[in-house]
Amino acid sequence: MHELNRVYVWEFPIRLTHWISFLCIIALSITGFYIASPFAHAYSTNQYIMGWMRFIHFVSAYVFLMSLIIRVYWAFMGNKYASWKVWFPFTGERLRELIGDFKFYTLISRKHAHAVGHTVTAGLTYFFVFLLFAFEIVSGFAIYSLTQKGFIWPVLGGWLLSVWSIPTIRLLHHLSMYLIFVFIGMHLYIAWWLDSTEKNGVMGSIFSGYKFVAGKE
Amino acid sequence: MEKTNELSSQFLEVLKYHGISRRDFIKFCGGIAALLGLSELYIPQIAHALEKAKKPSLVWLDFQNCAGDIEALLRASKPTIAEIVLDVLSVDYHATIMAPAGKQAEKSLQDVVKNQKGKYIAIVDGAIPLKDGGVYACIAGRTAIDIAREVCGNAMATICVGTCASFGGLPAAKPNPTGAVGVREAIPGLTLINLPGCPMNAENITATIVHLLTFGTLPATDKLNRPLFAHGKRIHDNCERRAHYDAGQFVREWGDEGHRQGWCLYEMGCKGPEAFYNCPTVKYNERTSWPVQAGHGCLACAVPNFWDTMTPFYRRLPNVPGFGVESTADKIGVGLAAATAAGLAAHGIIRALRPKGEDKEES
Repeated sequence: MHELNRVYVWEFPIRLTHWISFLCIIALSITGFYIASPFAHAYSTNQYIMGWMRFIHFVSAYVFLMSLIIRVYWAFMGNKYASWKVWFPFTGERLRELIGDFKFYTLISRKHAHAVGHTVTAGLTYFFVFLLFAFEIVSGFAIYSLTQKGFIWPVLGGWLLSVWSIPTIRLLHHLSMYLIFVFIGMHLYIAWWLDSTEKNGVMGSIFSGYKFVAGKE
Repeated sequence: MEKTNELSSQFLEVLKYHGISRRDFIKFCGGIAALLGLSELYIPQIAHALEKAKKPSLVWLDFQNCAGDIEALLRASKPTIAEIVLDVLSVDYHATIMAPAGKQAEKSLQDVVKNQKGKYIAIVDGAIPLKDGGVYACIAGRTAIDIAREVCGNAMATICVGTCASFGGLPAAKPNPTGAVGVREAIPGLTLINLPGCPMNAENITATIVHLLTFGTLPATDKLNRPLFAHGKRIHDNCERRAHYDAGQFVREWGDEGHRQGWCLYEMGCKGPEAFYNCPTVKYNERTSWPVQAGHGCLACAVPNFWDTMTPFYRRLPNVPGFGVESTADKIGVGLAAATAAGLAAHGIIRALRPKGEDKEES
């Protein structure tokens, strides 16, 4: 029997931004679906369904952006588990870990590389997920800039209008949402799997911040 | 307003000959000032510019077009005041409506280019094909690009009417067999303004010519060389059906109850949210109507490549290339999400069924 230690892995800003992003993605997906294809119709012009959907979409988008900024800030200010370095596993040793992870997740091997924070695969995945989030934000601002006057909107996303046509930007903004859904499905599945097999409290850690680690860390 | 009283009796006679009262004429000048976004203080200036205009020559070049723009301008309903503006000009060459034909017609074009270098207005209607030396549009034995280089290059200003002349339009739609492009792309560096639209709005060409006659310059433009007075505002923001959009009342099928009630055409693929044009305020055919008022969505016809990028016209989002014609983004997205769920379920089942053994952790 190993001796289990409680290790404080996910600091408060990490947990806060995780759950804010979670709520924002839900709000943005529902309202985004409505904006793309209105699934409920108003009975009278006194209602303001599309207006509210867009309002919630825009407010959630700003909250999501702020949450992402805090997360990136904490990648430089936080502990080693939150560091930006885990997003770029490009050293020889870590690349070998990546191959080990690949064998583990494809059920070829039962050996799972030990990591208190993110595994190498998780870190790399989050790097791509952050790129996806960044694309959603930039393409969102590109569409938003159509109605906004001022210098800031072309900087935040309006420049994309000279790269793609507006319908193409809308399409990619929409399709990226499904890629986020794919990530969420895998994220939940793997968290549940590892929580139930490794029993190190990975599920609870995103609420409490603590994981249980055998031996000294 | 005092100055306008000084309209010469000779000019008033001309107006009278066309059945236009002095009051109608001043109203027209006021309407044009409003369209251009000018103060009413400019009305006398506009009136005088039109009265004193020294009949600058105008040549109208037809290339790859459907004559839709000249149809829009002539509007066979009744003689309009806008025609008087064209009467102020000397239309010396116009393939569709001029009296001379053959060598005689081509001579009048050459006369203008030679004798009035830098003083005449060139209007281009239609795209210019560049592929294979431009052989796909030839007039009187010369290619369109050859004619345009000479005529537009020597003009005071070039006005491109319609989306084809502005950006290539339909001839330039994929796969663009003739290598068609707009005038700005075919001949860079011209003094040029684009009046796109399919067809362009006749009110806007009238306003542009009046601006040119009054101030001697073309109106301010955006980065696509479109005049800001016509393309500075989004259709969606000035749409008469906007209240239905915000409320959440949408047409779902042609002829359904919502369509009869005049609800928003957003779900039918209206591209008003993507389009910058003055259709909702200026309308067409002497302000009778415009597509959305008539119950049809906007096609965003005044932007480059609209035939390729704004299609399908009756859907919100474009089709996804490589997935067949009927593949919408949502079908692909739901398929992707379902495939992920199925993959994860299969993964879980395989994991449960494989021989027992402790998962090892490497330390």
